[in-house]
Amino acid sequence: MTEVVVTGLGTTSPLGGDVASTWEGALAGRSGVSTLDNDWAEKYGMAVNFAGQLAVQPSEVLSRPETKRMDPSAQMAVVATREAWADAGSPEVDPERLGAVVSSGIGGVWTLLSAWDTMKEKGASRVLPMTVPMLMPNSPAAYVSLELTARAGAHAPVSACASGAEAIAMGYEMIQQGRADVVVCGGTEAAIHPLPISSFAAMAALSKRNDDPQGASRPYDTERDGFVLGEGAGIVVLESEAHAKARGAKVYGRLLGIGRTADGHHIAAPEPEGHGQTRAMQQALEVAGLAVTDVAHVNAHATSTPVGDMIEARAIRGLLGSHADQVLLSATKSMTGHLLGGAGALESVFTIKALQDRVAPPTINVTSPDPELEVDLVRDTPRALPEGQLAAINNSFGFGGHNVALVFGSA
Amino acid sequence: MADTNEILAGLAEIVAEETGLDAAEVTAEKSFTDDLDIDSLSMMTIVTLAEEKFDVRIPDEEVKNLTTVGDAVKFIEGAQN
Repeated sequence: MTEVVVTGLGTTSPLGGDVASTWEGALAGRSGVSTLDNDWAEKYGMAVNFAGQLAVQPSEVLSRPETKRMDPSAQMAVVATREAWADAGSPEVDPERLGAVVSSGIGGVWTLLSAWDTMKEKGASRVLPMTVPMLMPNSPAAYVSLELTARAGAHAPVSACASGAEAIAMGYEMIQQGRADVVVCGGTEAAIHPLPISSFAAMAALSKRNDDPQGASRPYDTERDGFVLGEGAGIVVLESEAHAKARGAKVYGRLLGIGRTADGHHIAAPEPEGHGQTRAMQQALEVAGLAVTDVAHVNAHATSTPVGDMIEARAIRGLLGSHADQVLLSATKSMTGHLLGGAGALESVFTIKALQDRVAPPTINVTSPDPELEVDLVRDTPRALPEGQLAAINNSFGFGGHNVALVFGSA
Repeated sequence: MADTNEILAGLAEIVAEETGLDAAEVTAEKSFTDDLDIDSLSMMTIVTLAEEKFDVRIPDEEVKNLTTVGDAVKFIEGAQN
């Protein structure tokens, strides 16, 4: 079987404009959430006026034409891709052996709604020709493919908040199936727009802690009241081990297994027993050829919603049994907010860094842990992971009942 | 109504925004495709923005006749009347 290794990482996130600053922020337990610097709440009567906004705007690092031709979601993906590709050593790869799998949960919502505003205001003749290429949800994947001349395939699996993780799973398959030697994959989201915020708020999915934005994302805390919308992108460079070895690449870690299931239960609510989530984790461990006792760390999906957090926690406990007492659980959305389609990718970056640095990042804002939580939650400050070969699970679940688990291993 | 120089300056600004070229490089004799490397999609974006800026209508079938920046300036100037 083809072994798949991770040779490059990139991100732009609410904690920083690159992996180094984002990881440093996460280990420091910093919140990237803040009050929105605009009049939306007043103007539209929005119930939520804060989010995890990017630390570094793409316009600060991209050229003006690039920002005009790409939706913010694609801009973020390209920023993270440039970092990840340089980090991988900008390898010479036959374009037909290089793939791009980059997802967004929502797509070019800014482009779509701005164009509609323009049309209503000025008429059809003012609609710009780039509108469709910018709003289509495969646009980030297409731009990454263009950026690197990746011709093995460009894909954008869409599964709401599991999209970024699913993209990485598809990247793994491309290498496993022999379609590519190197795949640049991950997720991106730029949905901090009044409409998605208001829609999520209407579902009662968002925290309404307007007076304490930094304390609003509090997975597993008894006072959690919903997720905090975040934005940004995460990109990982996956490579067949043989290809990485042949070029003497630095290896961060391994992608050992992937698991994907569906709840078939409800369009937005997770299935209460977490069977689908459990099966996804089980499947990923089976593919990896690992036992539950090999798992040292879990980066949870844990978005800080009253119902979702505990369904996942019970699924983890149910799967790992008493070994869960030795597993360090981290919920990094407490710091970044929820990047939707970018979440599974940014959290894969965190999981890989955790294995590399042997440290599990903290979960902030947990002042009173849910009494039902039976997994060892890393709170406030990072905690050391053991030496030796380690494995970690990164969970991502999306509206529609999509469950994706990725199992990473230390280098 | 803008005069020839104002139209050229305004058009150069739009082209510069779209392509990243320096506006000073966008002179009347330059060909959109051969000199400025503007593809058909970018050209349609420039046309749409120019229509708005100069309050004129540039029909799609006319765009293929606009080979140089000067051609576009001339067309816009005539369309203003």
